[in-house]
Amino acid sequence: MGGYGDVKLLREDGLRLDGRAVDEMRPVTIEAGILPAADGSGYVKHGLNEAVAAVYGPMEAHPRKIQREDRCVIDVRYNMAPFSTSDRIRPGFNRRSREISKVTAEALESVVMVERFPRSKIRVEIEILTAEAGTRCVGITAAAIALADAGIPMKDLIVGVASGKVEDTVVSDLDKAEDNYGQADVPMGILPTTGEIAFMQMDGDLSIEEFNTCMEYNMKAAKEIHKIMIDALQRKYDGGEA
Amino acid sequence: MSGDSVGAELRLVTPGQVIGSVSGKRTGTGTFTAGEEIIATRLGWVRDNEGVISVDAVNTFYLPRSGDLVVGIVESVRNNLWFAEINGAFNGLLPMSLAPWKVEFGAAREHMDVGDCILARVQEVDETHNVVLTMKGVGLRKLNDGVVLELAPNHTEKFANSSLDILKRLRDASDCRIIPAQNGRIWVDGDSEGIAFARSIIDIYRNCGHMSDVDQRADEAIGNKENRGEA
Repeated sequence: MGGYGDVKLLREDGLRLDGRAVDEMRPVTIEAGILPAADGSGYVKHGLNEAVAAVYGPMEAHPRKIQREDRCVIDVRYNMAPFSTSDRIRPGFNRRSREISKVTAEALESVVMVERFPRSKIRVEIEILTAEAGTRCVGITAAAIALADAGIPMKDLIVGVASGKVEDTVVSDLDKAEDNYGQADVPMGILPTTGEIAFMQMDGDLSIEEFNTCMEYNMKAAKEIHKIMIDALQRKYDGGEA
Repeated sequence: MSGDSVGAELRLVTPGQVIGSVSGKRTGTGTFTAGEEIIATRLGWVRDNEGVISVDAVNTFYLPRSGDLVVGIVESVRNNLWFAEINGAFNGLLPMSLAPWKVEFGAAREHMDVGDCILARVQEVDETHNVVLTMKGVGLRKLNDGVVLELAPNHTEKFANSSLDILKRLRDASDCRIIPAQNGRIWVDGDSEGIAFARSIIDIYRNCGHMSDVDQRADEAIGNKENRGEA
């Protein structure tokens, strides 16, 4: 059986508690180049999630033991602001933020042309201002915008999206209640142009059919967010149109 | 795709975006080929220069190349060399053998210390981005006066190579010595009023450098000063 105790996550008309269809994502707003002090920056509002990402570099990698002779390293710091949730979060790194920083760095390393910058480091700072559900995905999207804004060469704009299962039904882009009380969730980092997956995690159990539906929803959401990302970058630099 | 020459219709592309078919074209900077398509790797403007497709990035960072003129700031001093920050990922190394003075071993600090500003050239860059600088050459020296302003390297290039001859006109209008270096730093020396005016023109490139009419904006600002008879 789906759900968690008596929590109902789907209405009788088949829609979700917030009125979305099962394959519908939350509204997304994206801005590029919002922080003048950073080399590149991005802001993403996805549902109630809000994330700001800043990029610095390429710069010399310190400490030297992290340098790679043939490529640069991507140093990601994901952090949730103390005021981002209803219960205040203790400031500073914790197990969760270390894990998300690591998987985000690995996802970004697969799109950034790291071989162009041997021995260097690109620093990516992701700050979650408001958290609803799927903050790691929002962080990845914000980081991609910031990297593009900084002029870092990349194969594609990576998009973070998630889908999951509630009450035995696969749904796209889980909100907080669905994330907390649902049966599974599958965050992914997708390269929308080629459809490649740069990052994937799964929490909970899914059948092969359910997983395929999650993939389909994630691909659809990634393409929609990708258009919004391109629009944000073009809006920022619109004045350059000849 | 844009036309066959520089200055034709420009198109903004984002990383991963397909620019066009590879047939009859070659790929330049900011692009790569995947199958039969040319793909952009950077956010910028597509340029087709006699069949070479490249992307002029909206924002860039400095990647040193041999022969570049750079303005550096000394960051540390050893017995026989200096390390200068040149606005790139790695500091440039200036050995005493490539300094313009005869330097005794251990006396490097007597000639230049931390915080000093230099005009130098990139002598050599190896495959792991180690940068060697030289100050042997005409005009290369320690910069004792003036101010150093910073721009994105691509905007500095626009400023230095403007079709409207902005650099020469700004030198005349401000009565300042102005040297734009390829690492995005511009050295300006003159009286305070001239420096302030040069700064205001350089600010136009800083704020509007990504726009196609940036040269016209700078031209207009210099023209206004000339018309007021202040130049």
